[in-house]
Amino acid sequence: MPARGATVTPTRMSDAANPQLTWNIARDVSELLEYHFMLNALIAGSIVAVMAGLVGWFMVLRREAFAGHTLSMMAFPGASGATLIAVPAAWGYFAMCAAGALAIGRLAGGQRRSRSEQSAGIAAVQATALAAGFLFVSLYGGVLGDLESLLFGNILGVSDGAVMLLAVVAALSLAVLAAIARPLLFASVDPDTAAARGVPVALLSIAFLLMLASAVAATSQITGVLLVFSLLVGPAATAQLITARPAISLALTVALGLLVAWLGLGLAYFSVYPAGFFIATASFSIYALTRVLAGVRAGRRRGGFDEVGAGPPPSGVAA
Amino acid sequence: MAMAPGEFVALLGANGSGKSTLLKVVLGSLSLAAGTAQVLGGPAGEANSAIGYLPQRRSFDQSTRIRGLDIVRLGLDGDRWGVPVGLPGGRRGERRRATRARVAEAVAMVGATAYAERPIGQCSGGEQQRLLIAQALVRRPELLLLDEPLDSLDLPTQASVAALVDEIRRESAMAVLLVAHDVNPLLPYLDRVVYLAGGHAVEGPVEQVITSDVLTRLHGVPVEVLRASDGRLVVVGQPEPPAHHHDRHAGPGGDGHSHAYV
Repeated sequence: MPARGATVTPTRMSDAANPQLTWNIARDVSELLEYHFMLNALIAGSIVAVMAGLVGWFMVLRREAFAGHTLSMMAFPGASGATLIAVPAAWGYFAMCAAGALAIGRLAGGQRRSRSEQSAGIAAVQATALAAGFLFVSLYGGVLGDLESLLFGNILGVSDGAVMLLAVVAALSLAVLAAIARPLLFASVDPDTAAARGVPVALLSIAFLLMLASAVAATSQITGVLLVFSLLVGPAATAQLITARPAISLALTVALGLLVAWLGLGLAYFSVYPAGFFIATASFSIYALTRVLAGVRAGRRRGGFDEVGAGPPPSGVAA
Repeated sequence: MAMAPGEFVALLGANGSGKSTLLKVVLGSLSLAAGTAQVLGGPAGEANSAIGYLPQRRSFDQSTRIRGLDIVRLGLDGDRWGVPVGLPGGRRGERRRATRARVAEAVAMVGATAYAERPIGQCSGGEQQRLLIAQALVRRPELLLLDEPLDSLDLPTQASVAALVDEIRRESAMAVLLVAHDVNPLLPYLDRVVYLAGGHAVEGPVEQVITSDVLTRLHGVPVEVLRASDGRLVVVGQPEPPAHHHDRHAGPGGDGHSHAYV
């Protein structure tokens, strides 16, 4: 974790005051914003929600969730290695995640490899990373402090410096994403044709993994390593269920990400439970609800076909 | 071996005989060990923006949540850097309208307008193939390279896709080089075939190439070509019995087509 803010750093939000959720939402929000740590948490949460949402949208489309999961595991050797050589843990996160992205790109990269080959390569990277983290902890010889915040995040400990770092990283990766978004979309859904058109598919794959690595490293500081997917997968997967139009889908991902992050932080402020729990639960609930509704919609459509029945069969249906 | 504008040529031969390799040479992604390839008046690979290319056997996973329309559009501008989301206003707005019109035109050309708005994963194999042909057509290419566009489609769909390709090349004087295992769905439309086997190639009209004599000579084993009363060709005595298109996809109730490959 980065150096904490010098002001109030309560371990639970409710320790800061004894907040009561009233029915006056405007008052509740203004009360919440009076605390500097809460303001930082909201800013950091918003930055991460936007970044993780957009990068996560491409991750879901490319089916690279396992790579994303492995990159989140990189936080363990990252944090323990940083502690060992006495540098801020955030630097360790970003460095190890980037190294992990390059290793995955080298071992498992390229959509030309088979799925099993890819996942075997990624699994090898993950095991090695966890082993390295374990070694660093042993070398350090002490108990790794902040283990819980490593695993579950510590939104309350986000200092001004950490917010700045997040903002810079997010701005950089979103700038890169804006530049490569169209060819990346092409390479993600249709790599062979994209390659024939001169799109540098392999290079884009590495660039995307690096972007995914920074999104994961940034997200894990808010939600913790174990709950990274609540902001990385949930909003993107939900948006893709709702619409197949890329532009609307991307906008919806950002909106859902922000909603989930704000809802989680707000609820955590007014309760005794951690923010990560609320963020993950909100993300999952929205996804599950959409899934059910999409299933109902598809079922109704199928039923409609059955009623029509006698219409000509669609072309291409095998006899 | 040369191709004229508007000509429809099929590239035939067994698996591994070099059909797809030849397409890659035309695209300039592989270079020739001997000889030269001239494509659209220049060395291969220099005029790729005027070539529409449909790679071999792609099908989109059912859960792919991208519309057919978006797939077609990527064929137009997918290699351009930037954001896929158009920004409104000024010159960009005009370009956006032109892009949309061009995409709609290509979709209409292949008759896919009715399902282009659906997620491509939910389209049938034949619908996906039509959308992919629209993607290859969207830049108005002068040369269309189709790598096994009929593979893994059922027979009626094979016939309709073959008719579609013929219609398109007549309308826009586009040369078409199509890789196929089975020449029969293409018979009414082909100008010429190129048959690859055993490191050799024979080219010419179908009735001069797909004959017992030529195929026996090419394969080095006795091969017999029979002609059914409706004009379909049946090849008997194929040198490598398994590994044929119809063996892989044969379903129950085969109707005599099972041996009708070349």
